[in-house]
Amino acid sequence: MHDRTIAELSAALDRGELSSVELTRATLAAMETGSALNAFITMTPDIALAEAKAADKARAKGKATALTGIPIAHKDIFCTAGVRTSCGSRMLDNFAPPYDAFVVAQMRAAGAVMVGKTNMDEFAMGSSNETSWYGPVQNPWDTRCVPGGSSGGSAAAVAARLVPGATGTDTGGSIRQPAALTGISGLKPTYGRVSRYGMIAFASSLDQAGPMAQSAEDLAIMLGAMAGFDPRDSTCVDQPVPNYQAGLEGANLKGLKVGLPREYFAADGVDDEVTQAIAAAVETLREQGAEIRDISLPNTELAVPVYYVIAPAEASSNLSRFDGVRYGHRCEAPKDLEDLYKRSRAEGFGEEVKRRIMVGTYALSAGYFDAYYLKAQKVRRMIRDDFAQAFESVDVIVGPTAPSTAFSMGAKSDDPVQMYLSDIFTIAANLAGLPALSIPAGMGAGRPVGLQFIGNHFAESTLLRAAHAYQQCTDWHTRQPGEEG
Amino acid sequence: MALDVNEVGQIAHLARLAVGDEDSQDHARNLSNILAFVERLSAVDTTGVEPMAHPLEMTQRLRPDEVTEPNEREQFQALAPLTEHGHYLVPRVIE
Repeated sequence: MHDRTIAELSAALDRGELSSVELTRATLAAMETGSALNAFITMTPDIALAEAKAADKARAKGKATALTGIPIAHKDIFCTAGVRTSCGSRMLDNFAPPYDAFVVAQMRAAGAVMVGKTNMDEFAMGSSNETSWYGPVQNPWDTRCVPGGSSGGSAAAVAARLVPGATGTDTGGSIRQPAALTGISGLKPTYGRVSRYGMIAFASSLDQAGPMAQSAEDLAIMLGAMAGFDPRDSTCVDQPVPNYQAGLEGANLKGLKVGLPREYFAADGVDDEVTQAIAAAVETLREQGAEIRDISLPNTELAVPVYYVIAPAEASSNLSRFDGVRYGHRCEAPKDLEDLYKRSRAEGFGEEVKRRIMVGTYALSAGYFDAYYLKAQKVRRMIRDDFAQAFESVDVIVGPTAPSTAFSMGAKSDDPVQMYLSDIFTIAANLAGLPALSIPAGMGAGRPVGLQFIGNHFAESTLLRAAHAYQQCTDWHTRQPGEEG
Repeated sequence: MALDVNEVGQIAHLARLAVGDEDSQDHARNLSNILAFVERLSAVDTTGVEPMAHPLEMTQRLRPDEVTEPNEREQFQALAPLTEHGHYLVPRVIE
């Protein structure tokens, strides 16, 4: 039953073909069998079975949503009451929060069954899931390769069909890039669409939660439950949540104005197999009636440098809360208060996290603030303005999600700047606050290629309709690791 | 912009991170590479461009000035490494 989508499983539950308890037991068994992937930091079988029983009762009473009784995994960045929430860090290895994140509460309210917490790059800082304190995650397509990151555990779990859906977060590509590298669908919503309450903060002006699943339809189902206004996140937007799933009805690509940014197609360092797969996908869009247009996003190459000022600056501020005093790791026998802070943080944080804290501290320090942070914020506006201009003439912007397919473990871990360039096509959407999704759209040497759609603010429905229409006439999203051909 | 180990030490102190001598070399190299990479921003003409802090140009919402959170000190302090009589304990600060 694991290769079925959320929509299919929901229909099967409706018809009484299986119960949520049966489905949940099978999911927990699959998670055990697939444990070599290291996709999970914590499994929660007791909670899962209790929630599955409750879901079966709710369904029997006719009180079911599309997610009632569906097993879902949460990225270990979302606080879960009484369940360890490590954020992939030794710092929080002993942290069981006293409350649920908004996203967790929303999914529970919709009847979803929490089966576990997924592995991730430490504090979501990474593009390969290699910075986790709990060890790297394997890509189920080729276990010598990374699954991408930072939501690498969620991506691998869905790709290996251990769970039908998982939550993720995306600060610079952390949902879309692992979705691309593992052949699944993933959506980063508009900044403010989903509440950040209870989501451990990395870079607060960029962080956004979103769904990861097999199909665009499943993304629509999950986003419908995750989105919504929450006064506890001051940047959460008070706008009605459309019925994304119902909006897919009759979706097609006829007349959709698709912009191809020439900078995304002329970029250095893009693998040939990615370029070829994306060209074929664009041809499919054209055959289905989309109007393909050449556009320009002139400041494209500045996105990664802007990000690597703004994100570390915000991270250095956000992560100053980890001080060894109130919760989290504390060093042994501190000799004074400064020693307590310095050693607790040095022992609790891994190398990449320390690196970014130091870059951010430097960028915000007296004498450098204007040259780095303020300058980056100005260029950030120029990047956003490029998109605003592009969306005057197109409905969606399309291109590759990542410059390569899944790369080998260790290939980029010694060179931070090379690793950062993995997110060259995803970062701009975060800087501009735009929604964007990645869907599988081809293979290169046995590894999936991701196709990215970027939309205007709050155009999630447009993105999901386009992706759904593409998935109606292609089968890349149904491919799974280990299949013949 | 190349940083040396002394500057790394200063930054690490500001960030309250203990960094050993051997790690300082690595950090100096990596941080210098990262700063060199973002350096290209300095060549961009941003005359007249307002810094952008929020993608949607929102202003902060106001709410009534009311107490909305109950006191949950015991629950929160149960997470702390070291507490006593409702206080968080740290090494002695005042002799």
